Amino acid sequence: MTDILAIIGDGDEIPDGPRPQGLSDKALLRIFSWLVLLRTFDERAVALQRQGRIGTYPMFWGEEATQAGPLFACDESDWLWPSYRQSAIGILRGLPASTPLLYRRGIGGAHGFWNPRTYRVAPICIPIGTHLPHAVGLAWAARMRGESLASLVWFGDGATSEGDFHEAMNFAAVFKAPVIFFCVNNQWAISTPVSRQTATETIAEKAVAYGMPAVRVDGFDPLACWSATRQALDRARTGGGPFLIEAYCYRLAPHGTADDPSRYRDEAEARRWRALEPVGRTAAYLRRLGVLDDEREEAARLEASEIMARAVEDMEAVERPGPAILFEPVYGSAMPWTLSEGLSSFPAEWVAGGA
Amino acid sequence: MVEGLNLALDQAMAADDRVLVMGEDVARTGGVFRVTAGLLDKYGDDRVIDTPLAEAGIVGTAIGMAVYGLLPVIEIQFDTFVYPGFEQIVVHAARYAWRTRGEVPASIVVRIPFGGGVRAPELHSDSPEALFAHVPGLKVVCPSTPEDARDMLLAAIEHPDPVIFMEPKRIYRAGRQDFPEEPPFDISSADGVTTDYLSKARIARSGHDLALISYGATVPACMEAAERLSSERGVDARVVDLRSLYPLDVDTLVDAATACGRAVVVHEAPRTAGLGAEVSSLIHERAMLDLEAPVGRVTGFDVPFPQFINEDDYIPSVDRILAGCNKVLDW
Repeated sequence: MTDILAIIGDGDEIPDGPRPQGLSDKALLRIFSWLVLLRTFDERAVALQRQGRIGTYPMFWGEEATQAGPLFACDESDWLWPSYRQSAIGILRGLPASTPLLYRRGIGGAHGFWNPRTYRVAPICIPIGTHLPHAVGLAWAARMRGESLASLVWFGDGATSEGDFHEAMNFAAVFKAPVIFFCVNNQWAISTPVSRQTATETIAEKAVAYGMPAVRVDGFDPLACWSATRQALDRARTGGGPFLIEAYCYRLAPHGTADDPSRYRDEAEARRWRALEPVGRTAAYLRRLGVLDDEREEAARLEASEIMARAVEDMEAVERPGPAILFEPVYGSAMPWTLSEGLSSFPAEWVAGGA
Repeated sequence: MVEGLNLALDQAMAADDRVLVMGEDVARTGGVFRVTAGLLDKYGDDRVIDTPLAEAGIVGTAIGMAVYGLLPVIEIQFDTFVYPGFEQIVVHAARYAWRTRGEVPASIVVRIPFGGGVRAPELHSDSPEALFAHVPGLKVVCPSTPEDARDMLLAAIEHPDPVIFMEPKRIYRAGRQDFPEEPPFDISSADGVTTDYLSKARIARSGHDLALISYGATVPACMEAAERLSSERGVDARVVDLRSLYPLDVDTLVDAATACGRAVVVHEAPRTAGLGAEVSSLIHERAMLDLEAPVGRVTGFDVPFPQFINEDDYIPSVDRILAGCNKVLDW
């Protein structure tokens, strides 16, 4: 189980694999445009944080393939369950890019959150791995109701140490829930290396104990991520149950904007891994295929920049909400007196909000 | 009470096919307390589900089912077993509405048989309700009669928000009560009605000299204490059964304290930061000038629930309740 599926080579030592069946030129360009959009979001978000325009931000620079690849294998009906490392994944499902930015600006309610049923994208999970059982429950419920959909849930290598990982994997396998467990093994949980999370050689081999199949893929390769997810989804949709995918890669960036990796790891190692980052590598691969040229690459970058420029504008157009936002969305039913009393303790002019 | 709970589950499942029951040993054996007995045969194993032995997994998968649009009712086998699922309840179930603009609350019911008095093994007798009452986003309720058990469980199932449904296991099989079998509201159009059943206290005994405020298994003990106060001291005690532990029915509490001028809160859970502290505080804040004495508390102690040989030393007895009442009456 130590083999790693890869399709995109590095144009040098690693040869390209055969072009995947079922991906037209248009599809390949679409995946590329998703990678570019995610990269652009991430870089803009980091810049916004440095400028003090948003709060702490966990970047995903280098992990774009682990997001765009598996998502491209999904149907619109499939549900996505992001961790905080995939906080912008909703924008590939139609969520305004300003929404995840507003969330990072520290604004909740209707600005920073969304209705997950609208996009089939769950709220991002902040604690580690505790969203895995939700992904299982939803897919299991759908299966019981005869609806053909699957859950795709992302988590990191650190999450595999959590009890919720075990319980979710076990429930999914016992009830044959159509869930794709997508583990982004970037080898670092803040300062803790994967060797401190597990004594197994791979994450993938953990699947054996649950009675489910697993595969390892190059986490910098969007087509390998796509291909494995596609295979797992085909199986899940025909009643085969869950699947574990280990996307082996490296956390090229800090854990977040408040983290300094030079304190705990050899940055020369990170630089070596950086040569495998997915956006440049995918562009080079698509050029070798003759699918991408300067004009198309420029168009993808321009489109992403425009989306992000609008998103930043929309983010900044939102005024600081008044304190009503503390109270209004807490319950689905009418606000209990305890909350109304809290809300009414604010002077009316504060409740309205504003800058 | 077990029959009332079973009836509620049966009626909810019959009327609303989104409702399902899941937990440890709930299907084939009908639950260790038989609350879910007979449901498997009636509704099948897609709606009455024996799960792996994993409380975080049970609560967590139920949340996912609720996001899908089902209405899962979870049974936690015994009170202390809920702790592995606590994270899922506090972080996720309680915040789902908040994290989805109020549009997708985690509509689950977590049934927890709780408390001592049944000679159970160690770690089967906790009263953790205050932990949940402290968590924004949850509703926490506790019936003390078979009819309330049926009505409140039906309401909890149809209620949009996550409900922690505390079941006082000591009175699971205490006394029978005749009540109309018909559901108290139309299950198929319960919107807005359910809150009434999950927010109002009940006057279990009327009186004007002393308010005895309690919930769950100590309500019958308070009723007995009230009868003895009447016969032994000529004191006419009002017994208030809270039913809703969050939110508290502040109007009924303040009315009782104002009318009686004296109040005692009784619960089995440990004293510090228990529900009694909140009840006492609310009354002092809102009815101070109508009080003849400070609000008293008769509670469990700040100790782990004892081994069962000593459980009667821990649980508030009628005598301890009477002593607490006398202290307030003689203040």
